[in-house]
Amino acid sequence: MTLPLVAIGVFLGGGLLALLAGRFPRASTASGAGGAIVGGVLGLYAALDALVFGTTASLRLPWDVPYGSFSIAIDPLSALFAVPVFGLTALAAFQGIPSLLAASDRRSVGPPWFFFNLMAAGLAMVVLARNGVLFLVAWEVMALASYFLVTIEHRRAEVREAGRTYLIATHLGTASLLAMFALMGRHAGSLDFDAIAGNVPAEAAGVLFLLAVVGFGTKAGFAPFHVWLPEAYPAAPSFVAAVMSGAMSKVGLYGLFRTLTLLPDASAWWAWTLIGLGIGSGLWGILHAMAQGDYKRLLAFSGVENVGIVAMGMGVGLLGVASKAPVLAVLGFAGALFHVLNHATFKGLLFLSAGVIEATAGTREIDLLGGLSRRMPAVSAATLIGSAAIMGLPPLNGFAGEFLIFSGAFRTEMVLGSPSSALALAVIGALALIGGLAAVTFTKSFGIVFLGSPRTERAATASRPHPMMAAPMFVLAAACVLVGLASDRVVGVILPAVAPLVGMDPRAIPAIVRESVEPLWSVNLASALLAWLVVTLAIVRGLLLAGRDVTASSTWGCGYQGATARMQYTGSSFVEPAIKFFAPFLKSRESLASTTGVFPGEGSFSAETRDVSKDALYRPAFAAVGRTLARLRWVQGGRVHVYVLYIGLTIVALLVWYLGVSAR
Amino acid sequence: MAGGLFMTLAKSLIHPILALIFAPLMLGVIGRTKAILAGREGPPLAQPYHDLRKLLGKGAVYSRTTTWIFRAGPMIGLASTIVAVLLVPFGSCPAPLAFPGDLILFAYLLGLARLCTVLAALDTGSAFEGMGASREVLFSALAEPALLLGLAAVARETRSLSLSGMQAAQTLSAWSGAWLPLSLVAVALGVVLLSENSRIPVDDPNTHLELTMIHEVMVLDHGGPDLAFILYGAALKMWALAALLIGTVLPIRVGLPYTWPVDVALSLASMLGIAVGVGVVESTMARLRMSRVPQLLIFATTLSTLALVFEFGGLIR
Repeated sequence: MTLPLVAIGVFLGGGLLALLAGRFPRASTASGAGGAIVGGVLGLYAALDALVFGTTASLRLPWDVPYGSFSIAIDPLSALFAVPVFGLTALAAFQGIPSLLAASDRRSVGPPWFFFNLMAAGLAMVVLARNGVLFLVAWEVMALASYFLVTIEHRRAEVREAGRTYLIATHLGTASLLAMFALMGRHAGSLDFDAIAGNVPAEAAGVLFLLAVVGFGTKAGFAPFHVWLPEAYPAAPSFVAAVMSGAMSKVGLYGLFRTLTLLPDASAWWAWTLIGLGIGSGLWGILHAMAQGDYKRLLAFSGVENVGIVAMGMGVGLLGVASKAPVLAVLGFAGALFHVLNHATFKGLLFLSAGVIEATAGTREIDLLGGLSRRMPAVSAATLIGSAAIMGLPPLNGFAGEFLIFSGAFRTEMVLGSPSSALALAVIGALALIGGLAAVTFTKSFGIVFLGSPRTERAATASRPHPMMAAPMFVLAAACVLVGLASDRVVGVILPAVAPLVGMDPRAIPAIVRESVEPLWSVNLASALLAWLVVTLAIVRGLLLAGRDVTASSTWGCGYQGATARMQYTGSSFVEPAIKFFAPFLKSRESLASTTGVFPGEGSFSAETRDVSKDALYRPAFAAVGRTLARLRWVQGGRVHVYVLYIGLTIVALLVWYLGVSAR
Repeated sequence: MAGGLFMTLAKSLIHPILALIFAPLMLGVIGRTKAILAGREGPPLAQPYHDLRKLLGKGAVYSRTTTWIFRAGPMIGLASTIVAVLLVPFGSCPAPLAFPGDLILFAYLLGLARLCTVLAALDTGSAFEGMGASREVLFSALAEPALLLGLAAVARETRSLSLSGMQAAQTLSAWSGAWLPLSLVAVALGVVLLSENSRIPVDDPNTHLELTMIHEVMVLDHGGPDLAFILYGAALKMWALAALLIGTVLPIRVGLPYTWPVDVALSLASMLGIAVGVGVVESTMARLRMSRVPQLLIFATTLSTLALVFEFGGLIR
């Protein structure tokens, strides 16, 4: 148990030193990045150790806070979420070094490194905490540290706006969690997780579940609580966004998973809720991702889609628990947890890729890029692996997770009665459509950015990426491939983490799902066969072309010789048919200054797709709250003596109330 | 026992071998059918084989815009289509690779092949190929639910999650009990077959340079062995989807232990029947307007869903 604490200590120490050494950019960077990397590696080792060997350890120290205790523990569930937290922190820190140093003449590197390490420490603490107060403190540390990272570029108005949205959203989530823990404490008499588990009456469980879904769902990014994601991720530096999307949104999901272990057995409507939210988030997220022109906004919306997929897996799991079908329960939860790991890997990779693009080409507007794979072949290959993995294609890791969720849904559909089966069918249909739309989205993002010819001067003259910016991408790309090829082993490691969720002995679980996990071995066989066939075909092609004319020419333009890079299909034109088709769900605004007449002037066209939920849902709601509360504004007159009077009145009122209570 | 195992293995290898040999013949049959219906003599049945041989014997010209992705695309695409063929049962022979959930792998392998074609098309930087890629990804995204929901209906009916298991359970007597949902699925998969293979009414494989094109326009820049790989891969994909249709949904087989050669022959005949059917559709229908194609695919998804409703409602049994 000491190792994770040491890792957190190294985070905090490195961050503090970086802050103190803020005047000296290199020393500050060495300390901040060093702390993040060393702490991350130590923590990753501890987490992998706990995950692979299924060990649990706990520690309890006295802490003078009402209802609080410094109680931490690591079990397979915590360890599974600690892996992306520590791993991504260490990897993203590598990209952070050149990224922050490049701007060191404009602003100090000290505070960003301090908050980055503080966020990492908060994330790790949330995953380890076993007491409600400690959990909430760590949660707030994580949320506030990340707020300061989102607003690094606070000189820009849209960044401040994004930061404000994030701050409000995260605190609305926290408010819901506060209510949840308060209710739990009332029932259990303590805020220690051990005491809460088993002491929550069944009739209170539903409310707690809903509070958890709202509170944790806000952090994870369930639609419609997702509005802050597409604002905050593009505003934050890419290496921070990689940790926020890859680790922090996962920690939100962790909270939901952990809460499920504390509550009594699930009712069927919980499954309905999560599957409904999952399908909604998945489709809403991927449709909006598809339409975005900003690479990081696209990735942010795709994050909404992916937590939706996790929620669908959890829903299938809950359905299994509620209908006493252990196979389904294990498959659903295992698929969800596997997808958590996978999403952390490929989304971290893609955000780091966005960081490289932004640093080298100076823009992340997809339609202004193109042809980058010639300038950075290795980065492009890694991004291709990440993009193919997020589409869920074999033989990469994304397929294995979705395979388990699909298997769970297909089995539900086959064995359970009508209402549950209808739910499973909705999952199958939605997953299939989401998979197809993810293919649209990521062929667009990869194809338009990296392939073809450069669309602008900026893309044509993109500098070579700093090796330290690109290096962590290769580690993550290798992880995508290796986890995909060893998916059956990885599932074996995940299964112990499923045990507390389904309330079974970890040793009994592998036998239950053998029939559904063994196919992953066959999938790996198929992958090996695929690799062998590709190699064979490559040899055949090489032999055929040996000694023949292989020449280079220009792209076939159907006889037209004057083709320019501007005539290529752009990202907007690539997804235009899909956007038109899904127009009822997407509010896309187009403006066209058309070229007409005999001597036409300049024409222009622009298209933008905004998420309507912020404007249609939250803005009116907040405006209404604002109007109502404005009536109380007279209370705050700005005169100090009136405020002192309020304090005096409050104390008198409390005294009267106290005396009244004690007299009874 | 060892002999039995050997026999099973040998039987399971029959389909891949047949597919690898006869897949281009389906294209030949389609072409011939269209020619006859149009009152022409038409190319010989073996024309696709001649095309492939000619292409394999050529050199190659690559656009200066392209990268390794353009060169790797056809190889990975063909390889993943071949692996997809290995998952499909034929006649009464199970597939060499069969496991619960192989239908998911099947769908996603076709997705991998599609990704290769689409990225190779975008790699050329040509507006035409970008246009084809854009349409391909949208239509296949809409075809995916039709395919998987249709197979979900068959899975429910046959209580099996593997394509080979579905084929084993799909006997004539079982079929007669659930003919309505299964025929709905058959129509849905038929639409998926036409759309995924870029045939009329979704796409017209004959008009290389028209802007109506989807698949053909994406491979404009490929030549030589690369184009041969693509053409062969397209033929195999057609074969795989047709074999999926007759293997899992239609019970065209005797199904007794010793009649498997008859079953293989029956299946081969049905494959040719499907090719003739595609040729007839191409000769008698016009291509749909691009904006109508999604409606056709949603129609297929609706049929699959309806099949499931019947499955659960037990209206038929």
